[in-house]
Amino acid sequence: MMPAVAFADGALEDTPLLSVRGLSYHYGRQLGCRDVSFDLYPGEVLGIVGESGSGKTTLLSCLSGRLPPGSGSIHYDMAGHGLTDLAGLSESELRVLMRSDWGIVHQTPRDGLRMGVSAGANIGERLMAIGARHYGEIRAAALDWLARVEIPANRIDHLPQSFSGGMQQRLQIARNLVNKPRLVFMDEPTGGLDVSVQAKLLDLLRGLVSELGLSVVLVTHDLAVARLLAHRLMVMKSGEVVESGLTDQVLDDPHHPYSQLLVSSVLQV
Amino acid sequence: MMADPVIEVVDLAKSFTIHARDGLTIAVFNGLSLHVRAGECVALHGPSGSGKSTLLRALYANYKPDRGQVLVRHGQNLVDMASASPREVLAVRRLSLGYVSQFLRVIPRVPALDVVAQPAIDLGTDPNAARDKAAALLTRLRIAERLWRLPPATFSGGEQQRVNIARGFSVDYPALLLDEPTASLDAENRATVGDLILEARERGAAIVGIFHDAEIRERVSTSIFDIQSAKRAA
Amino acid sequence: MAEGYNFAYLDEQTKRMIRRAILKAVAIPGYQVPFAGREMPLPYGWGTGGIQVTAAVLAPDDVLKVIDQGADDTTNAVSIRRFFARTAGVATTTRTAEATVIQTRHRIPETTLTEKQILVYQVPIPDPLRWMEPRETETRKMHALLEYGVMHVKLYEDIAHLGRIATSYDYPVRVNGRYIMSPSPIPKFDNPKMDMMPALQLFGAGREKRIYAVPPYTRVESLDFDDHPFEIQSWDEACALCGATASYLDEVVTDDAGSRMFVCSDTDHCGERRDFGHEGPWAKEIAQ
Repeated sequence: MMPAVAFADGALEDTPLLSVRGLSYHYGRQLGCRDVSFDLYPGEVLGIVGESGSGKTTLLSCLSGRLPPGSGSIHYDMAGHGLTDLAGLSESELRVLMRSDWGIVHQTPRDGLRMGVSAGANIGERLMAIGARHYGEIRAAALDWLARVEIPANRIDHLPQSFSGGMQQRLQIARNLVNKPRLVFMDEPTGGLDVSVQAKLLDLLRGLVSELGLSVVLVTHDLAVARLLAHRLMVMKSGEVVESGLTDQVLDDPHHPYSQLLVSSVLQV
Repeated sequence: MMADPVIEVVDLAKSFTIHARDGLTIAVFNGLSLHVRAGECVALHGPSGSGKSTLLRALYANYKPDRGQVLVRHGQNLVDMASASPREVLAVRRLSLGYVSQFLRVIPRVPALDVVAQPAIDLGTDPNAARDKAAALLTRLRIAERLWRLPPATFSGGEQQRVNIARGFSVDYPALLLDEPTASLDAENRATVGDLILEARERGAAIVGIFHDAEIRERVSTSIFDIQSAKRAA
Repeated sequence: MAEGYNFAYLDEQTKRMIRRAILKAVAIPGYQVPFAGREMPLPYGWGTGGIQVTAAVLAPDDVLKVIDQGADDTTNAVSIRRFFARTAGVATTTRTAEATVIQTRHRIPETTLTEKQILVYQVPIPDPLRWMEPRETETRKMHALLEYGVMHVKLYEDIAHLGRIATSYDYPVRVNGRYIMSPSPIPKFDNPKMDMMPALQLFGAGREKRIYAVPPYTRVESLDFDDHPFEIQSWDEACALCGATASYLDEVVTDDAGSRMFVCSDTDHCGERRDFGHEGPWAKEIAQ
């Protein structure tokens, strides 16, 4: 399958999927993030790296509609409408967008799953929400996605509470991708998982992002995750973007003092 | 009529500023220009630390130069890798510019065969055809078939490097960058790598390489570029 | 009528407030309208919502019937009927066909209702989404934005775990093609009766302080899947007393040996059939 960043003849998609200008957010007098601008194109993975307090989670919350932006603008390329200012959308339109076009993978799987219903129901819910009414087809779709995220099919009727952390996270991913979103927000998707489990999850994400041509905004403090998944990086410190560019270039040739500090602090195994 | 260059470097300068050492600046090169045409193989020459790898990485946009241009032919256009946006750089790397680094960057869980086939698959080649070609390359480089389904993390240095090379040659790039492709290889495999480079030249690829091994350098390169003498003012 | 009470217990202002809520509910079929529920002389869980709705619509010339699980003679039905007899002085009846206002807990009468009748349901939990989403702020948005995916999730879970949709009472319905509503804990057997019913259906939840309505001749459809369509309960037996095969039957254990008989839950309906001469298999034995 053709990766969505470039067409076969090398020409590039013209319209960004997400266009952010001058985005800022303050918690009262406390700075969350300041003056963030970027364009994200279909099929691109943008990594936002930084340490605690860098503003990366605030930025993600503003982008994904969970916080209203303090100032600045966010434009999204809505199917059939072109680049639309999200601030102009009603709450209902925004919620429809979040359900149909977007996915959000939370750091803690519990925040992104319904713990009281089975794995199959978790995956099927989005389909049922957009009108799927055939039980057999919904279940088949759920089985298909369980296979794609490498969860054994016989767990389909089990509650997520009985799953390991890594499995819960993979279930969350399946739940978010079943409705074929174009844009996915991920907040530390491998945080808190065992290393071998992380590797499996990252491999899965890499494959799915490429196969489905997803655009992703990925927040992580782990540079190895950023290198593996992201095409581009933005390095944040104290609410500001201090450096941005091609992932391997930012990690191999960091220019900003903070970027250099971050890269040099990573322990080698 | 002389064909236009596939790679053209114009007045390139690169230094590193190390902020942890109070902004210590290390100048690597300054004012480099070179061009490479289809079928040519330019060998970068200079002592250790003179900036050969740095230049190669700057060509690939892995390093960001201070000044100058790195023009690479991409389809009908010339793209300046030094100033292009990340997605333009990625598009060029996918289609037009290959790179064999000194060491394989290992991704957990991915089998050697897929590591080699991936660049072709990313271009839309049928996965089976891509894997067939990968298998052929691995066979040529004498990687035993029983290793193909294993992730290269546990391979020897030489085996990893051969996987790396196979990956670099899995797509017929118009331009190719090679950083010490024969380091840690025995004579047989060095010869095979030489064959691969010559075949690439034959089909019109423009190549820039770092070859410490004099024999290989003699065999594959069409010209030598001496980094130190090509620097103007330090 | 007892001294010292306003007609039907509640003051006129309160009744007007409730009637306004009812009008709003009728204008938006299936939508839960909040109302300022009053303290009633019986605790929550005993029908205070239904009583307030009945009190608001009752007129002096109305005839009131009250049933609980289909029967007129259970303690609650008797108490509520007596309450209105004392505070409103209205005529009361056990005959469905003679009533103009029927207050019910957990059943719809078997007899088809007419345009001249009002059916008042007692409702414990008005919101069908509550099982999934405890926050009122969220459920209001979900109703407003038609975010009803979770309702089918519940049905999906039933089929996944039990092979069929196991919900047998308080089965969620879609009203007028818009709002999803809890029909109160009536058996799903009764759901089809709600569809295009000629009578006005009012629902009152006292503890939750919500009123909702289904106007006459409104579409009410039970939720299901294309490959697991909605089905009502059926019995192998007929009513032991009147022989009815199409009414909702209660199972009654008759002795310590485990013998049981099935009788119509709707006592009026059963009695009416017997008056017409229908007889069930046990009719003669019971007469003795």
